[in-house]
Order: sequence, then structure tokens, then C-alpha cells
Amino acid sequence: MRRITGFFLVALAIGGAVWAQGALSINGAGATFPYPMYSKWFDEYHKKNANLQINYQSIGSGGGIKQVTEGTVDFGATDGPMNDDQLKAYQEKHGSGILHFPTVLGAVVPTYNIAGVDAALNFTPDALAGIFLGKITKWNDPAIADANKGVKLPATDIVVVHRADGSGTSYCWTDYLSKVSEEWKTKVGKGTSVNWPVGLGGKGNEGVTGTVKNTPNSIGYVELIYAESNKIPYGSVQNSSGAVVKASLAAVSAAAAGAAKDMPDDFRVSITNAPGNASYPISTFTWLLIPQKFADATKRDALKGFLKWALGDGQSYAEALSYAKLPKEVVAKEVKAIDKIQ
Amino acid sequence: MATTTTSVPSAGPVAGSRSFLAKLREGDEIARLITFLFAASVVLLTLLLVFELWLGSTLPRHKFGFNFFRTSVWDPIFDQFGALPFIYGTLVTAGVALILAVPLGIGAAIFLAELAPTRLSDTLEFFIDLLAAVPSVIYGLLGVFIVVPLMRGYIQPGLKSTLGFLSLFKGPAYGVGFLTAGIVLAIMVIPYIISVSREVLLSVPRDQREAALSLGSTRWESTWQVVVPFARAGIMGSIFLALARALGETMAVTMVIGNTPTISASLFSPGYSIAAVIANEFTEATGDLYLQSLIELGLVLFLLTFVLNGAARLLIVATSQRGSGMGNT
Repeated sequence: MRRITGFFLVALAIGGAVWAQGALSINGAGATFPYPMYSKWFDEYHKKNANLQINYQSIGSGGGIKQVTEGTVDFGATDGPMNDDQLKAYQEKHGSGILHFPTVLGAVVPTYNIAGVDAALNFTPDALAGIFLGKITKWNDPAIADANKGVKLPATDIVVVHRADGSGTSYCWTDYLSKVSEEWKTKVGKGTSVNWPVGLGGKGNEGVTGTVKNTPNSIGYVELIYAESNKIPYGSVQNSSGAVVKASLAAVSAAAAGAAKDMPDDFRVSITNAPGNASYPISTFTWLLIPQKFADATKRDALKGFLKWALGDGQSYAEALSYAKLPKEVVAKEVKAIDKIQ
Repeated sequence: MATTTTSVPSAGPVAGSRSFLAKLREGDEIARLITFLFAASVVLLTLLLVFELWLGSTLPRHKFGFNFFRTSVWDPIFDQFGALPFIYGTLVTAGVALILAVPLGIGAAIFLAELAPTRLSDTLEFFIDLLAAVPSVIYGLLGVFIVVPLMRGYIQPGLKSTLGFLSLFKGPAYGVGFLTAGIVLAIMVIPYIISVSREVLLSVPRDQREAALSLGSTRWESTWQVVVPFARAGIMGSIFLALARALGETMAVTMVIGNTPTISASLFSPGYSIAAVIANEFTEATGDLYLQSLIELGLVLFLLTFVLNGAARLLIVATSQRGSGMGNT
């Protein structure tokens, strides 16, 4: 009992000491996909700057955009850039804009389970769009078979599996399909949830993986990180240069580098179907959403300091957590953009 | 919740003559006021809930009107929202669950209350209460790892080869779908039905049984023709408690229903329920119309529960004429 009391007093003393120093806490909310990366960053940065505590709630990209617009958090985070309407809504509410800062990269990979097929499959853009539109219904369809010479594909029906919950993974996947298929673009479109033409819905990466594993002759899509860390086999995808690329951190960074040349000043860019021989085509940035104007100067400076660190030293933590690093060109451009925060 | 109440006789006119102040000093009046406030807060909360849901769904109510209930396209990209497949999925899965759970649950309750030795009955009751307390995500996992493979591998092909001529059992066997969700829900609600029905059966007065036995009826005749009808209202209450749980269940359903907004006569088809779609899409719903449509779905679920509960009350009133006031669950 005395020990517990002692422990309590020590905890109280530490808490009091931190309080007395006037520790600054900054709150953010948003995307779940980069959450492991962000929590690592905030933790490491807190070790370096004991006075600064950054809290992050992974409530989803939609929630992040909403909360930062409402002004209930200091910054947001999203897997899909804010659209023009959302930017306008923010501008109207706050009288100033909001900035996008790409932090790391992710990718989405096709995963499948075909009875009697162990080989890694190659997918053309047309094959993926056709399957998810429900136009390609058999595994031995020429659109799939032609890209996989030497693999004996069965004449069975394809079961499509997609995410049931709204997700940045679905955004990236549908963004890619919208770019490679005109029909997908007009009929379905891109978003965190869409009206899927066919298929079963699984909740979360684990739901999709579970359904694919349990359902013979099925195909789904999951985050690269999830597939890697759970040793889920996945297929390669043909990119816009015609090369067939298997997703890897290098191939994802290459896609970002390929897109860096035409990077707009607000960083709101999709890098799906990026040019370049080595680019993996279903890649995406994930963004922090930072208000352009801060009422509180200490918060502003602290956040700017964090951003500089995250884009510099912070990037070295990315690969250990299976996120792809930002290419140099993008970092250089972002560092300049930090000065826009006032 | 399908609760059935009996009116407690009030304190009566004994305290009527004393002054309000005296009553206040004695504490009766204070207790009455405080408990009244507590009771009133339930009504207030319900009204507030409806009001908030109503207010929060202004946009889709104005844009779609009654079409919200009639159309079946759910497209967040092109801002088209129709609730029909979700309403259908909710009703079908809850219906399947009740069809399976009611006979099983009531049968088990009759055994436990009337036929089993007391010790066995009490032991089993402990396990049943335990089952009722298991979090729904556990039932969902049970569904994903055990029920779904069983359905796909054995039950669905079996049903197809024997009853496949019925449109209920047509189409590809994915394992997930209305039937699977209904079965998992049935597993979840059976403990409620057993537990409540058993209590009701146990509280049937001893005289009733003895009277029946003394008239020469067998044990089963006295149970089935006297005890069960006597407890009918309470058993109904347990069924509607189960229905309420089945309608609102989210996690376990979304894990096994297939999450595809379809309306199909086949129970093998994947579907979607109201609670599941709200849970899945709420966090990432960005547009106002999208978000408010999800809130309107919440309103629909609330109304659905309300209407079904109302029907339940009517049914209890209608059927308890011959029975008695055994409605206290």
C-alpha cells in the first residue's frame, strides 16, 4: 500500500513538473493508414523536445478533414487530398487556406486466392478494371491469361472482394482504376467508399484478406504494408510504361519521383499510374493538413519545427515501418512550402 | 427494448391529508420527485435522440423525400442514396435469426424451467448468462472462422442439392450472406430468449401446475397446455428483446453478411444491414449529404425498432387476454 502511495506521489510530482514547465500540446486527427508512422514520429520527436507533446487520433481521413475544418484540432491528416469544395469550405470558415504536406508513401496491391495456382500473377490495367467492373468473370479470360503465359488458370468464376469501410486504400485503388479505365471513371468514380459494381465487402485490410483467404477463386486489394507484414502473396501490375512491376518500397518511391516533376505547388497530386519504368502504378502520398494561419505563434513554430524534422531525419524511420520515403525532389519543394505557414 | 411492465400499486390516499411540506420533510415527496426525474429522463433522452437524428438528416430528407426508402442505389460519389437494401437486409437477417432462435430458445427454457433437475438448470443458467455477456465481435470471429467455412463447404451445397428448387437457396455459395448473418445472430440471441423465458416460466405459480396435474394431465400436458400459455406474455417479451438485439447488431453482422447492398430472394446472396453500413462508412463519410444520409439511416433503424416494438406491445395485449399478468420480465 505504501509502495502504491509512493508511486502515486512520484507520478504526481512528474506530472506537476511537466505542468510547471508549461508543456505544449498539439492535437491532430485523421488518416489511419499512416498512424504507425506518425505515432513513431511524435514519440521520437517528443524525446528530442520534451516540452512538446503531439497527440494524434486515427479517426479516418474524412474525420480528419472535418475536424480540422471545424477547428477542433490543430492539424489534420488524410490519405486522399481535400477536394476543391472542402478547400473552399475551409477558406470560408477560417478566412485563410490550409496546406497539404506529403509525409510518406504507401501502395495498394492485388491479392488473390485461386485453387491450384501458386504462381505470382501479373495484371494489366485492363484486367484489373475489367474484373472490378464485373466484365471479366472467369480466371481464364484472355485479358488475364495473356499476361500470364505458362500459368494454367482455371475456368472458374472470379469472386471480387473490396473494402466495406470507407478507406484511403479504396481511394487509392479507385483512383487508379479511374485513370486506367474510362468506364470506371464515368460509372463508378473514385472515393473512400464507392458504389461497387460487383463483389463482397470486407471490413478493414484484415476483413478483405480473410475473405480472400477463405473464398476460393477470389481477388481483393490490400495495403502493401499489410500484405508485407502478414506475408500475403500479391500480384504485379503493369505500369503506364508497359513494364510489369511488383510493389516494393523502391518502386513506390520511384512512382513519387516520376510524379515530382509535375508536382503542383499545393502538393495535391495523385501519383497513381505514374510515369517511369520502375514506378509501381498503385501508389499514393499521405498528407498532413496544416492551417496556413495560426493564432498561437508557439504552436505554429513548434509544428513547423516538427515538419522540418519529419521531412529530414524523420524519413529515416519510414522504411523500418514499411512506408516508402519521399523522394528528394519532393522534400526540397516541401521544405520551401513550410514558410507559407504563418 | 421490448420490456413489459406491470403497474405497481401506488401508496394510495394514506398520505393525502398531510401537508406537502410535511411530506417533503418525511422524504416521501423528495424520493418521489427524484425518481420521477429519473424516469422522465428516459423519455427525454428518447425524444432528444429522435430530434437529433431528425435534425441531422435534413439534407437527404429534403432531397430524396420518400424515395430514400424506395430506391436501392447507394453511391457516395454521385450522391445517390437509397436505403431499401439496408432495410431489407436488416429485416431479413433478424427474421432468419428469430425463426431459428425462437423454437430453440423456448424449447431450452421449457426444459430448464420445468423438466430439468434444479441443479442442472442452475448450472446451465450460469453458462447461458455467460454466453449473453460475450462481446459481439467474438461472435463475429466465430462466424468468420467457423460458420462461414461450414456454410460454404457443407450447408449451402447441401441446401442447394435438396431444396435448391426454392428461390431461397439459389446462387453461388460464398459462405457469407443473409443466411450466415441470420445464423450468427440466432446464436447471439438464443441466450436472451432462454434466460428471460426460463425466469418467466419459473415464476408461474405452483398452483397452476398442481391444478393441472390433479386433473389428471401428464407432466408435459401441464407444461405445454397450462404453464407455457400462462407465461405467454413474458415469453413474447423475451422474443422481442431478442428481435431488438438482432436489429441493432453491428459488428458480428458486418463480419459475415458480405457488405453488399443487394436485394435478393436468395438467402445465399450477400447483403448489408443498416447498423453495419453506418459503422463501416461513418468515419470516412466526407460530404454533408453522405453523412446526413447515414444519419437518416440511423433514424430509419430507430423507427423500425419503434414500430416493431409497438407491434410487440399490441401483440402482447391481444394475446394476454386469456393468460394473465405474467408480463413482468
